[in-house]
This record gives sequence, structure tokens and C-alpha cells, in this order.
Amino acid sequence: MTTTTLPPGRKTEPVSAPPGGISDRSRAERRLGWMLAGPAFVVMMLVTAYPILQAVYYSLFNYRLTDPGNRSFIGLGNYGVILTDPLWWQAVGVTVIITVVTVVVELVLGFGLALVMSKALQSLRPILRAAILIPYAVITVVSAFSWQFAFNITTGFVNSWLAWLPGISPDTDWFGDRWTSLLVICLAEIWKTTPFISLLLLAGLAQVPDVLQEAAQVDGATWWQRMWRVTIPNMKAAIMVALLFRSLDAFRIFDSIFVMTAGANGTESVSFLAYRQTISRVEIGLGSAVSVLLFLAVVLIAFGFIKGFKIDLAQARGER
Amino acid sequence: MPNAPGNGPRPTLNSLGRAAPRTGWRRGLAGAAAALVASGTLAACGSDSEGGPPTLTWYINPDSGGQAEIAARCSDQSDGAYRIEVSQLPRNADGQREQLVRRLAAQDESIDIMSLDVPFAPELAQAGFLAPVPSDVASRVSEGVVQGSLESATWNDELVGIPFWANTQLLWYRKSVAEAAGLDMEQPVTWDQLIEAAQDQEKILSAQGRRAESLTVWLNALIESAGGHIIAKNSTDPDNIELGLDSPAATRAAEVMHDVAVSGVVGPAFSTSSEDTSASQFESSDAGFMVNWPYVWAQALTKVEAGTLEQSVPDDYGWTLYPRVDEDTPSAPPLGGINLGVSAYSRYVDFAYEATECITSDENQAYYMVTNGNPAASAAVYDDPDVQEAYPMADTIRESLEAAAPRPLTPYYSEVTGGLQREYHPPSSVTAETGAAAQALISAVLRGDQLL
Repeated sequence: MTTTTLPPGRKTEPVSAPPGGISDRSRAERRLGWMLAGPAFVVMMLVTAYPILQAVYYSLFNYRLTDPGNRSFIGLGNYGVILTDPLWWQAVGVTVIITVVTVVVELVLGFGLALVMSKALQSLRPILRAAILIPYAVITVVSAFSWQFAFNITTGFVNSWLAWLPGISPDTDWFGDRWTSLLVICLAEIWKTTPFISLLLLAGLAQVPDVLQEAAQVDGATWWQRMWRVTIPNMKAAIMVALLFRSLDAFRIFDSIFVMTAGANGTESVSFLAYRQTISRVEIGLGSAVSVLLFLAVVLIAFGFIKGFKIDLAQARGER
Repeated sequence: MPNAPGNGPRPTLNSLGRAAPRTGWRRGLAGAAAALVASGTLAACGSDSEGGPPTLTWYINPDSGGQAEIAARCSDQSDGAYRIEVSQLPRNADGQREQLVRRLAAQDESIDIMSLDVPFAPELAQAGFLAPVPSDVASRVSEGVVQGSLESATWNDELVGIPFWANTQLLWYRKSVAEAAGLDMEQPVTWDQLIEAAQDQEKILSAQGRRAESLTVWLNALIESAGGHIIAKNSTDPDNIELGLDSPAATRAAEVMHDVAVSGVVGPAFSTSSEDTSASQFESSDAGFMVNWPYVWAQALTKVEAGTLEQSVPDDYGWTLYPRVDEDTPSAPPLGGINLGVSAYSRYVDFAYEATECITSDENQAYYMVTNGNPAASAAVYDDPDVQEAYPMADTIRESLEAAAPRPLTPYYSEVTGGLQREYHPPSSVTAETGAAAQALISAVLRGDQLL
């Protein structure tokens, strides 16, 4: 496929910089950068690395919070229990389904919204942007409750609105079946996080240079051709960043499931399993092992995206 | 984040220059925050460090303000010996337990007294989180307490909690429907009779089919009513707990649960139906029969007062003991309620136990029942004229409490109830094999061989 992209932006280093070396100024900038980012980096390490390492350590023990005296080292025993349990694989399946469905739908919808925002009249743009962002500003638990109330048989209005559709009656119990429950959970997620993707894509759209669009237009490219050959290839990095962030987020889904079904009808996600073992059962060892596996899955997704799609985050920032 | 090419991050003097006043502002904010924290801490310790009366903190389940009022009354009655402050726990019982267990595991000194849902005392007692009840207190507070409540506050033959209020489910019926169906509600009725009557009259039989604690409550009542027990042989060692879920009684209970769920008269969305769903169903024109806690009575009266319900609706409410599983065996109604626990990490265990005696006095229990709708654990309270006036069904509640059976008492309650809810939900899927499957799951979970 022929695509049209600009050569990488020129480096902004002064011409007098010694060849192959770093100028005094960029060295000073680098040092300043570290000084500015340093405290945040240290705090990040404390609040993320420490709990992760502690979870890895606990996951090697049989440890119940109410029975600390009987804590015993069992090596990888907890992982063996989890990985041989059909419940774990069911939860992984549910999580993957939710992740794939929501991310794909959100990408398509989000791209549409980003186009609308970028093409809207200058005067409408701020209002439009704010309106589109509102769902993202809503707390997930609140959004989950709203969706639950909407579809609930006693408090909901959805059944009466959709009663004209075949298969939907005032007595349709959305949360009484696995697939309808998952449908509502996915809808709630999509409604809430599409704005996030559309905002990232809008930033990507802004990155596509107008000169390329004009050149393609002069060459007689149709709107569709310009979209596929010019716009999308030039914002590939932004698309990948949006997909990556959303996939990582979607894989950790918890709130919506907790509020809407509490895991009934086989709607438990991996995070939900971690919650039940750690918080409800206070089995810290087993729960930590579930969390560590969830963490590994997330790391795997991140690496998969970065290596598989050859995303260069530095390029996305315009540094190279 | 993507940026336009060439716009690399480049700090300017301007942005650094502007930082100076910001730092000052931030410092001011940080100072204010520190002062706030310090003053808060000082205020919290204030009365103690100044030699004033100690402050007892009572972690309460949310209610209509009754526990806070009782705390104030008992603070006054202590003649300055102590003050009781209340601190509110999450709304649902699971959330309350989760918070208390985590705080107690961290040896949190801020907890003195706790309102514990009835199934939770064994777990906390076994872990050593509850201060032993002094024997004189134990003998005083267990006097005249209804049987089920006392049983739920006992672990390893010792009283570990102070019974405060006791809940039980009744069989509620619409007098008009029962009459039309020809049911004599003066006589004990069975689940089979209720299904038949509801089908005959095309009215709803409301129960709780949702995957939640209410499902365990129902299942336990069915198994106990059939003469069985969820835990056949109890033990503090999870490997030695023997379950009774494949017993004939449990199989019979499963059969009743299934029959009710597929009877076609439980209303729509039975598998997500909670106590509140049942209560609103019972207020509708399709209402026939319902098993539920007594709060439904107060709720209906409140709605009449607010003008959202006709007076004729509660006038049609009838009540009797929980339905039987088998005609000849008396039913074992569900038991709920709150026991008070005193934390082993409290700095004022003696005062805390003194306070629990005040909190659970007959006078306070009667006040709590009349104003907050929570039935008393002390049998004598039901003779109180105010209670009799507010609760025409007071005698039935007391009778039900005497016959009620607690849910399994075990330190591993969350595993047991979680396993039951997994296997017995949705109730329409329950078969004769469900008991054996639940037994296998819960045993495996207790042995640490399976996730829940």
C-alpha cells in the first residue's frame, strides 16, 4: 500500500553542536529534566513498585488475614491452584470478550467523534468537545449504577422504550442471563470511555499535516482514499497509543461488574476474582497470586502492542 | 501524548520564573493541610490526654439514627465515665465485615464496639479479634434473650457477642388472596400449598432469588426446616468441616427452591430479586404471598403517610410463621440481626463492655424497635406497650425468633456462603445434584484447592 508521510522532523539542536556529542545546553536541559521528573519518579516507584513486589512475595504463601499464625511458604502452589481452575479461565474469557468488544467499538465510534470534533465549526468546537467528554467525567461506579437502574426491571425505562423490538418485553430481565448482562456491561463501558479514545484520536488528527491532504487532493484522491492513504497512516502512532491505553484499562474492568451483577451468571472478570479472594475471603496469598497473574497479563498486552505493532512512542511524541 | 513535530519540551525562563509565587502558594496550602491534620489529631486525642472521660468508638451499620441516639443516651447515663461516638460502616453486611476484618487485622485501636451482622462473630472470635466477654456480663446479657440470637453470639461454647437486635423473616400474605384461595392461615402452611394457592389465584409468591446473602438466608431456612444443616460437623480446622448438603433434608430443600423458582408465580426477574424487590411486589395489586423481614410493615406505613400507597394495602397484610417444607415438621425461620462485639485491641475493654450493657438494655431495645424498625433480641421487649402498638405482629416475631435457626456458624462463613450462592444460583437451575456439587466446591475451596 502506498502511504504518504512526512520525513521525521528535524532536530532542533544548534548547528554548532559538536558532531556526535551533546551540547552543553542539551546536557543542562537533560539534567533539568531529571530534576523536574525525579521526585515524581521516586514517588511512582514507591507507590507502584513496592505494592507489586509485596504482592509477588505474598503470592508465594498460604496466608489468611484472620489466621496469620498459620502462614506458610508454598512456592508456586497458589499459581497451580489458579491455573488449573476452570473458574480462572472462565474469568479470563469474560475479560477478553469485554476488552475486545469494547475497544473495537470504542475505536470506531471514537474515530467518528474525533472527525466530527476536528471538522466542526470553530465556534462549536469547545462546546462539542465538552459535551463529548461528559461521560468520561462521570465516576465509573455512578455510571454503572445509572446503567443498572436503566435496565433494571423495576426501576428501568429501557424495556418500555424498546418494547417494540422483537424479544424485548416489559419483563425482559437483562441481568438474569449471561450474555444480556455482558451486553449491558459493555454498553456502559463503551458509553463511558469512548470520549477518552476520541480525544487521543483528535490529537492524532491534528498531527496530520495539511500539506499532505492538499497534495493528495490536487492529485485527485477521493475523500476515502485520503482517509486510508493519508490520514490514518499519519496517525498510526496515535491510534496505537489509544488502543494500548484502552486495552490495558478494559482488561482491568471491575466496577461495572461489581455494581451490575456482582459476578452472577458467569460475568466475573479477572479483577473480580482477585477482589473476592483478597478482600472477601481475606486469602491474601491466593488473591495476590491472582493479582500478579492479572499484572502479567497487562504487561503482556502492553508488550504485544508495542512489539507487534511496532509502535515507537518516541515517534508519537515527535522526538524522532 | 502526541505533539506537533519540533515542539520538544523546552523549559523557558518564564515558566521557571512563574514557579516562585506558585511555590509560596503551595507551601501555604501544605502548611494549612498540616495544621488541619494536626488539629484533627489533637482533637481526637483531646479528651484522653487532658484526663477527660475516654471516648469509645462504636462502629455501626447504617440505620435511621437509632444507634447514634442510644450512644448519646448511654454517654449521659455513664455519668461522665465515658463517651460513645459512632462511626458508620458500609451499607451492606459484606462491606461491613470486610472493613472490620481489615482494620482488626491491622490491630486498629480506634475500634471499641462493633455492630456485627449475626454470621460474622465466629470468624472474628476465632481470629482473636474479640475481647473475651467477662463472665458476669455474659450471664447478665444472655438473660431473657431469644434462643436463635444467643446461639449466633456463641462460639466454642462461649458467648463472644452481646445480642442487640434480632431479625427474622415472616410469611406475609394478602388476607384477600389467602381467603379466596381457601387457605386457613391460622394453621401452618407449606411451600407447596403457597405455590398452589398463588397459581390458583394468579398472584405473586415473592422470595429472594438474587445471587446475594439473601439466597443463603433462604436456602438455610429451607434446609433447617427440612431437619438438616448446611454444616453437619463443625470444626475450627477448615479441612475437618463436614457439610450436609447431600443429605436427604438438603435435597428436599433444593427441590422446594426449584419448585418455587419454576412455579411461574414468582414474578419477573426472579434471579435478580432482592428483599426490596419482594417488598415492592407485595405492595402491588398482583401480590399474594411473600417471605421477608418485618421492615416491610414499617415501609408500607411510611408510604401510606407519604401518600404513595393506599391505606387499604397494609390493611390487607396478614402475617404468620415462615412456611414449612414438610407438613409435619415445624419451620425454622431465618435469623438476622446485630450482635455487639468488643475489639480485643480496644484500650477500654471494661468501659466498652459496660457500654454494651447499657446499649442493649430493654429500654433501648424497645426504643430501637419502635423508631428504627429493628426487632429486639430480648424477649421481654415484645410486651412493651409501645412495641405492641407499633408492631401488631410483635408476638409472631417473638415466636418466630424462638424457632429461628442461625446460618452456619463458622470462621469460614464467606467461603460457605460464597460457594452456596455460586451453586444454587439461579434457583431455577437447582436440581437434586446441586447439593453434591456445592459440597464438592465448598470443600475444595476450604482445602485451598479451588478459587471462589
